[in-house]
Amino acid sequence: MEHKETTHTIGYTVYIFIWLGLVVLTGLTVVVAGVDLRQIAVAVAILIASIKSVLVMNYFMHLKYEPPLFKLMVSVLIVTFFIFIGLTFSDILFRY
Amino acid sequence: MASHAIVGAEENYLEVKGRHSGIFAWIFSTDHKRIGILYLISISVFFLAAITIGIFMRLEQLTMGPTLMQPHTYNQLFTLHGVIMIFLFIIPGIMATFGNFILPIHIGAKDVAFPRLNLLSWWLYLAGAVLALFAILSKNGMADTGWTFYVPYSVRTGTNVVLAVMAAFVLGFSSILTGLNFITTVHQMRAPGMTWFRMSLFVWGLYATGWIQVLATPVVGITLLLVMLERVFHIGVFDPGMGGDPILYQHLFWIYSHPAVYLMVLPGMGVVSEIIPTFARRTIFGYKLIAYSSLAIALVGSLVWGHHMFVSGQSYTASVVFSLLTFFVAIPTAIKVFNWVATLYKGSIVLEVPMLYALAFLFHFMIGGFTGLMLGTLSVDVHLHDTYFVVGHFHYTMFGGTGFALFGALYYWLPKMSGKMFKKKLAVAAFILQIIGFNMMYFTMMIIGYQGMPRRYFDHLPKFHTGHVVITVGSWILVTGLLMMIGNVVWAVFKGERVGNNPWGGTTLEWQISSPPPPENFDEIPEIDHGPYDHNVEVSK
Amino acid sequence: MSNHSHAIVAHKHPSDFVGAKIGMWLFLFTEVLLFGGLFILYGVYRTKYPQEFHTAAVELNTFIGAINTLFLLTSSLTVVLAIESLQRGKRKLSITFLIITILFGIGFMINKYFEWSAKIHHGIYPGSPELLKHSGGEIVFFNLYYTMTGLHGLHVLVGMVILSFMLYFIARKPVRTEHISFEALENIRGKSRLSVIADNGNELGVVSDIDDKVEFIDVRLTYEPVPEKTDPRNLIKLENSGLYWHLIDIIWIFLFPLFYLIT
Repeated sequence: MEHKETTHTIGYTVYIFIWLGLVVLTGLTVVVAGVDLRQIAVAVAILIASIKSVLVMNYFMHLKYEPPLFKLMVSVLIVTFFIFIGLTFSDILFRY
Repeated sequence: MASHAIVGAEENYLEVKGRHSGIFAWIFSTDHKRIGILYLISISVFFLAAITIGIFMRLEQLTMGPTLMQPHTYNQLFTLHGVIMIFLFIIPGIMATFGNFILPIHIGAKDVAFPRLNLLSWWLYLAGAVLALFAILSKNGMADTGWTFYVPYSVRTGTNVVLAVMAAFVLGFSSILTGLNFITTVHQMRAPGMTWFRMSLFVWGLYATGWIQVLATPVVGITLLLVMLERVFHIGVFDPGMGGDPILYQHLFWIYSHPAVYLMVLPGMGVVSEIIPTFARRTIFGYKLIAYSSLAIALVGSLVWGHHMFVSGQSYTASVVFSLLTFFVAIPTAIKVFNWVATLYKGSIVLEVPMLYALAFLFHFMIGGFTGLMLGTLSVDVHLHDTYFVVGHFHYTMFGGTGFALFGALYYWLPKMSGKMFKKKLAVAAFILQIIGFNMMYFTMMIIGYQGMPRRYFDHLPKFHTGHVVITVGSWILVTGLLMMIGNVVWAVFKGERVGNNPWGGTTLEWQISSPPPPENFDEIPEIDHGPYDHNVEVSK
Repeated sequence: MSNHSHAIVAHKHPSDFVGAKIGMWLFLFTEVLLFGGLFILYGVYRTKYPQEFHTAAVELNTFIGAINTLFLLTSSLTVVLAIESLQRGKRKLSITFLIITILFGIGFMINKYFEWSAKIHHGIYPGSPELLKHSGGEIVFFNLYYTMTGLHGLHVLVGMVILSFMLYFIARKPVRTEHISFEALENIRGKSRLSVIADNGNELGVVSDIDDKVEFIDVRLTYEPVPEKTDPRNLIKLENSGLYWHLIDIIWIFLFPLFYLIT
């Protein structure tokens, strides 16, 4: 019976640097919110949030170090979500 | 905790003794085969309940005006019929019964990836059923909204919507856990040499279904939760009086409920892909296309939900987009049908009972599919939406398609699961009655629907009366056939003639182990070096 | 020489960890789509009511929102540090990090309590007469606010419960059970005596009165773990618990700007 053990450790330091990055990005998003960006304000906020999420997923959740299958599954999830929201907007963008 | 159950070589999974005894040996078992049977018994009970409700619905339509009941009761009955059939019968359906029993065996494994989670799935399923029972029996009676629970009526009606919706929520959770279990099992537990393209097409169907369960079900979960929150806490996200949009409910609801029909049909198609090669005595035509088409149906089927909403008030743009996408989803399905027919061509066809059901599936599903395309055509749908045409369409696909596939699977795998054979002549007689009754009912429904008969109406105009009588008589013939089938199966389990490993001459792994199988399926995990439908390889009978 | 049976027992290997992780990720997908439905609603309504969402968002306390964001981000750090230290066999350090994580979770919930109380005190809650005086868009904003932060808070609570269980699993002394089943006992008739004998010859325990109705025997060994030999099953459980916690963090990463930072 074969079994795989998860033994990859990436070190405390890496984690702490990622955390610092997340804190900085949080500060950035608060600061940027004070600037009137009109149309692209939402996009910028979501962009920064996405970068933070990618950091959490890849490093804290280890996705970067997992077999390719995991990354494939996550992309399936993201594509699915965009399909759902995108097709819903095909209704509301032409109605509101 | 280390454990090793050493069992006698002769015992099969039905006889083996573990820590529990009597009924507890079944309801606390983590053996995928026992869980599959628990599901089979449960869904049969609920199927019978829902059929009974259907019979009463049809009796009501036997005469014009109130026959047996008032309109309010009729509304509750069709709601209950839908909720039971969809959430308690068809969605778990083939997946939780034969999927559970056969999947590990087909990939050469001893069990699924998470056996205890599997048992939890069944317990959640029962919990959902109990909640539905509370919804029926407690003070205000069963919901009368239809199984679709559309707002605003589902928020305003006095009936037990919260309980009914909570039942659906719990059942959804059960479904999610099964899907998650099966996906992991297929990825991680295939026997040595069992590459993806040596897996059976049944497993491909189950795999694609698992993904839909995981990705689509949560969306209806949150939708139903929002209905509960709206009723209990007045959180009115769909209420126009509070700035909300009721059409958004329909979007969120159908984002799940359309893929849900593929949850129902993909395992059924998987069964057909098993039965046809066995009884045509040749390998399946176009294996890879059928495998890929299962994934394609899962994907494209997630893009079409708006075709339930053509007349809801959604934008014309959305309606056009969804109509176009609906035409695309027919393509992978058609690919399967062509491949199955090509398999039959020049095969040595044996008309055993499971094969009859596979052929019936082809016939019914084609009618269901074509009428689906008709409904997917915008201009036509405006006329046919919410008529009996729709009711005919979805019964052809869900019942004539998936339902008949389930019956075929039942006859096909009963000898493996129980080690006994059913009465074949009785099965054929039952089949004939079912075919006659089924088509009398649902073809007629499409006719009167086309003529304008609305659905979910407890009464009808005189011009539809003859049609309704035909449908009701058809329901009696159909039910007679169904009861004969169930009686035959029950008889076989107790008194049927014993069979060996391979009564049908199948080539997949389950036919190489004993009937009934040993507790851990294989004495030794097999090494696989050929595809699943290789009829040239010598298989013991 | 007395007639005795040696039971040869097979160990269950640490189960397939990749499988367990796949299962957990799939479960997280369902959580993403559960919240996803709500995010879709948010997206739709914000498109419909840009101005009202802005007006309503002003009433939320950005400072508390930011503090909560920092709490969750830091707790995500401490939970991976807990995993990292457990992987290195440092049980006590791991337990410390776990406790800090749970404390941050508690801090988050306390902040949430104050936020919600303040709003409710001002009469802004679902169905309230005060709320219904506002415009449609503002009502939707607050309904979504309560639903989404409420569902999220529920998940934080569940996460804290899970982490508390992990604390218990990691802190307690491991137990190893050997299971001797019926076939090995087949030759025993009448009352038998079970002795547990260590390799130095010492008799560690004796049990009499085992008769031929007994079908199997479990021998349980509870022991003090060595730092290097951490139970690998705890490791995968902790990793999976950490995955759940990170998801909660990610959901908040989106909730924060969408509700608190609308210009």
